[in-house]
Amino acid sequence: MKSPAFEYMRAESVLDAMAAYAGMDGDAVYLAGGHSVMPAMALRLQAPSLMIDLANIEALTGVSLQDGWLRIGAMTRHVQAMTNPLIATHAPLFAAAAPFVAHPAIRNRGTLGGSLAHADPASEFPAAAVAMRAELEIASQTGTRRVPADAFFRDIYETAIEPGEILQAIYVPNPVAGQMIGFDEIARRRGDYAMVGVAVQVVSVENTMTDVSIALFSVGNKPTRAVGAQAALIGRALDGASISAAQAALGDDLDPSDDPQFPASMRVHLARVLLGRVLANLKAVA
Amino acid sequence: MKTDINFTVNGEAVREAIEPRTSLADVLRDNLSLTGTHLGCEMGACGACLVLLDGAPVHACLVLAVQVAGQKIETIEGLNNSGLVADLQEQFHDRNALQCGFCTSGMLMSAHALLSQNSMPSRPEIRDALSGNYCRCTGYEAIVDAISATAERRSKIVEGVQ
Ligand SMILES: Cc1cc2nc3c(=O)[nH]c(=O)nc-3n(C[C@H](O)[C@H](O)[C@H](O)COP(=O)(O)OP(=O)(O)OC[C@H]3O[C@@H](n4cnc5c(N)ncnc54)[C@H](O)[C@@H]3O)c2cc1C
Ligand code: FES
Ligand code: FES
Repeated sequence: MKSPAFEYMRAESVLDAMAAYAGMDGDAVYLAGGHSVMPAMALRLQAPSLMIDLANIEALTGVSLQDGWLRIGAMTRHVQAMTNPLIATHAPLFAAAAPFVAHPAIRNRGTLGGSLAHADPASEFPAAAVAMRAELEIASQTGTRRVPADAFFRDIYETAIEPGEILQAIYVPNPVAGQMIGFDEIARRRGDYAMVGVAVQVVSVENTMTDVSIALFSVGNKPTRAVGAQAALIGRALDGASISAAQAALGDDLDPSDDPQFPASMRVHLARVLLGRVLANLKAVA
Repeated sequence: MKTDINFTVNGEAVREAIEPRTSLADVLRDNLSLTGTHLGCEMGACGACLVLLDGAPVHACLVLAVQVAGQKIETIEGLNNSGLVADLQEQFHDRNALQCGFCTSGMLMSAHALLSQNSMPSRPEIRDALSGNYCRCTGYEAIVDAISATAERRSKIVEGVQ
């Protein structure tokens, strides 16, 4: 189906875009890569009177190192997560997640900011952001604020972004010595949304895990931090026994709902299998 | 309200009056009669509508025509006329890598983009590159064969030249 009619404007700045949004009393939508919003409009799930294109806004682009953080502009495309050397070394879970996100042509156009703002609980980048303890910079008409990824994702398609606000950039803390990452998912077909996925970041010093951060996706209404599995690993060596303990603890971390083709118990089982696989194959990044 | 948009299609400058809701695919097909860009799902799922936007394949059904002002589009007609995919087309033909042909323009776009980045892709890499292209006729095997054979032939030509 075709989208219903709307007006279009290409904003030149974040303030410009927010002013246009405010002028429409909520009857506007921001357009980033368009790969979630255009299908939604074709299905007539959304019918804004104005589309505000963010493509020209300089403040939403670029990847750079800033005071111990990597700043990734919200309009950075998925493909850049696969090719940008700064992302590869300073936000390695985005680079590891990107090949699992959709298909090559979609990655040419979809944006990291769009994926995080859209907050599909089956999406890869939100879980990677949680596992890396990223912070999301949100602009409002009165200023900007930084929200930790754990607090940013609230519910299915719901984030800390209030209507009219714009996600400006993603900040990822620089890796520290001993840092390792792992990312994997189980999907029916390459490029499809995952049945379950796992993003892991661990810091191991002298064979002892001093920091463990685990986020799962497609197991609930938002990216899910595995608090129990993390606790089961911290202070221990990464070995068969600690991995088994983390897998066992994972059952209490997850509370997926049954869906018609897929009982909740099977999702928890797959999550355990996948977590074990990812922990056994962590790769050093720093 | 229609807006005048300038962009380049297959090397030619075009100027079209376009409504914002009109997709790039519709402008190519309806205004410019470039019907090689096919529309299957209009939701980014089937890959029949792929075109090159500033050199990279994108879904023409998910891009608004007004978004491409000032940019360069290459459609299957352009790739065909340039001869850049002639060897791919020949392999598709020789190996029955198409039946109804509906998916073929999108397949060629994906194959062309893959081979420009990776001159010797493995079969899993080819399958990965085609993961966003649906074909309801061939079962894909012959398409993978055709792309793989093209890569091999191109590498032989390069060796021959050296
Ligand atoms: C066939 C298909 C398969 C896909 N498969 C996957 C997959 O496997 N995994 C996956 O994660 N995704 C998948 N996607 C989604 C794709 O990755 C999207 O591109 C992405 O989720 C949204 O990013 P976008 O830049 O296209 O955003 P848009 O569609 O432009 O925007 C999405 C939403 O976010 C809002 N928004 C965008 N940017 C901002 C911003 N900076 N500030 C505030 N609000 C903003 C928009 O207003 C809109 O509501 C798929 C899409 C398609 C069409
Ligand atoms: S028509 Fe564009 S992907 Fe199917
Ligand atoms: S040849 Fe018919 S869809 Fe591919």
